[in-house]
Amino acid sequence: MNTPAELNGVTKRFGKTVALDSVTLTIRPAGLVALLGPNGAGKTTAVRLLLGLTRVDSGSVSVFGLDPRRPRNRVRTGAMLQVGRVPETLRVAEHIDLFSSYYSDPLPNAEVIAIASLRGLERRLFGELSGGQKQRLLFALAICGNPDLLILDEPTVGLDVDARRGIWEQIRRFVGKGGAVLLTTHYLQEADSLADRIIVIDHGRIIAEGSPAEIKTRVSGKRIRCSTALPPEQLTALPFVTSATRDGAITEVLTSNGEAVVRELLARDRSLSNLEVTSAGLEEAFLSLTKEVA
Amino acid sequence: MMRVHLLELKYEFLKMFRLPAYVIPTLAFPLIFYLFFGLAFGQKGAASYLIATYGAFGVIGASLFGFGVSVAVERGQGWLQVKRATPMPLSAWFGAKIGMALLFSSIIVACLSLLGIFLGGVHFAPTVWPLLFIALVAGALPFCALGLMIGYFAGPNSAPAIVNIVYLRMSFLSGLWIPIEFMPKFLQKIAPVLPPFHLSQLALIIIGAAKGSAIVHILALVAFTLLFLVLATIAYRRDEGKVYG
Repeated sequence: MNTPAELNGVTKRFGKTVALDSVTLTIRPAGLVALLGPNGAGKTTAVRLLLGLTRVDSGSVSVFGLDPRRPRNRVRTGAMLQVGRVPETLRVAEHIDLFSSYYSDPLPNAEVIAIASLRGLERRLFGELSGGQKQRLLFALAICGNPDLLILDEPTVGLDVDARRGIWEQIRRFVGKGGAVLLTTHYLQEADSLADRIIVIDHGRIIAEGSPAEIKTRVSGKRIRCSTALPPEQLTALPFVTSATRDGAITEVLTSNGEAVVRELLARDRSLSNLEVTSAGLEEAFLSLTKEVA
Repeated sequence: MMRVHLLELKYEFLKMFRLPAYVIPTLAFPLIFYLFFGLAFGQKGAASYLIATYGAFGVIGASLFGFGVSVAVERGQGWLQVKRATPMPLSAWFGAKIGMALLFSSIIVACLSLLGIFLGGVHFAPTVWPLLFIALVAGALPFCALGLMIGYFAGPNSAPAIVNIVYLRMSFLSGLWIPIEFMPKFLQKIAPVLPPFHLSQLALIIIGAAKGSAIVHILALVAFTLLFLVLATIAYRRDEGKVYG
């Protein structure tokens, strides 16, 4: 069987801006890859390439072994994109009916309605739906063609916790049945709870790739600052320590396990002072990852 | 293949038909103008003359708004992209918009004709009615092309205003509201560069209310269609290369 989706050494420029810089990624059946990165990192460009909405400058894109730029090669793909406005004078069931007609083997409408929890709203016009319901309809349009590959561009942006969990549940179920998913997000938590692989991307380049556990270690750790006599080289060798640097009197330690490292530091250096522990946020983590690459 | 095209047309029609901002100016205005100036206060002959000119006015509005505004909005607000990410053939999307404009044009021309026959006592030879109907409805095509061009050049917020200006100025200057013979000479001279002039003249020739060669006007309309399509293609190409987020 062909790989659901592949970017192979893809570079894409818009004028002088490099949106993607030799990016290679693979999405496998029954797997969910989360593309994690700040706005403008190149996530949406990757999505647009996989959907055949734009073409590469170099490298190649394939979806089930085919070029997604041909509409008929997209019959096994479903997509949920960020959209400013959806026609408001069509009903929920009509939108689903129309999108189902684009695919050769669509799901029955009733099943789509059930999966997207839109029961009882079939006759509502799109303009009469709440924000969460609108997002669920867009999800319904993504899955109505019974796809084997789902491409979800920030599917839960602007949703409340319940609505977000509802969509997560359906995404998990889709993967459980063997589906392949590419999801873009700038929420680490979303990537963590859904993905089996996370790719961190910034300025068009992949800066980290691994399981959620591996990425979290690098991305969601604690930052410890203190004045200590212990040399940075010694600190780097401690368990859970990602990096240790000294800047003047202050030593900074990045770690995946703040408590363990603090305990160790205090045990080793009785004279340690000015202790400060903060969480290394995603933005800072991106910065540190970018630095590692540079 | 055909099913997609039919459904796309069906929902394009429903979508627009439920939109008062579309239905009122395109359908209601020509009919109300006709009731007012053609039937209630019209001079002798106005009832038949105005079927041709208000018919052209209605058809042009249905096409310009149906294409220009809806293409600009769907393109600019990302909905077209959502549809293009599916296997939908692009011909279904275009076909539905053309079909919708033709369907709406047919409704407008049919309503005007019925009002003329039953309230205005308009009497044409039996061959005139179908010819008039076909000419006016097919006359939607150059304006679909013009709408498409505007839809691809203009942004989603500016498109309605641009379409309105183009629509109303062109209609007035082409003699769709006031017969062209009553307009100042210099305005009569520039009218032939405007496509609505040719559509209304063609309709007037068919009902025997104007002199001239129908072929000339048909050729002019075909030429305008091609010109707008070329420009629309240029705009489309430019748009394809743009960045979206």
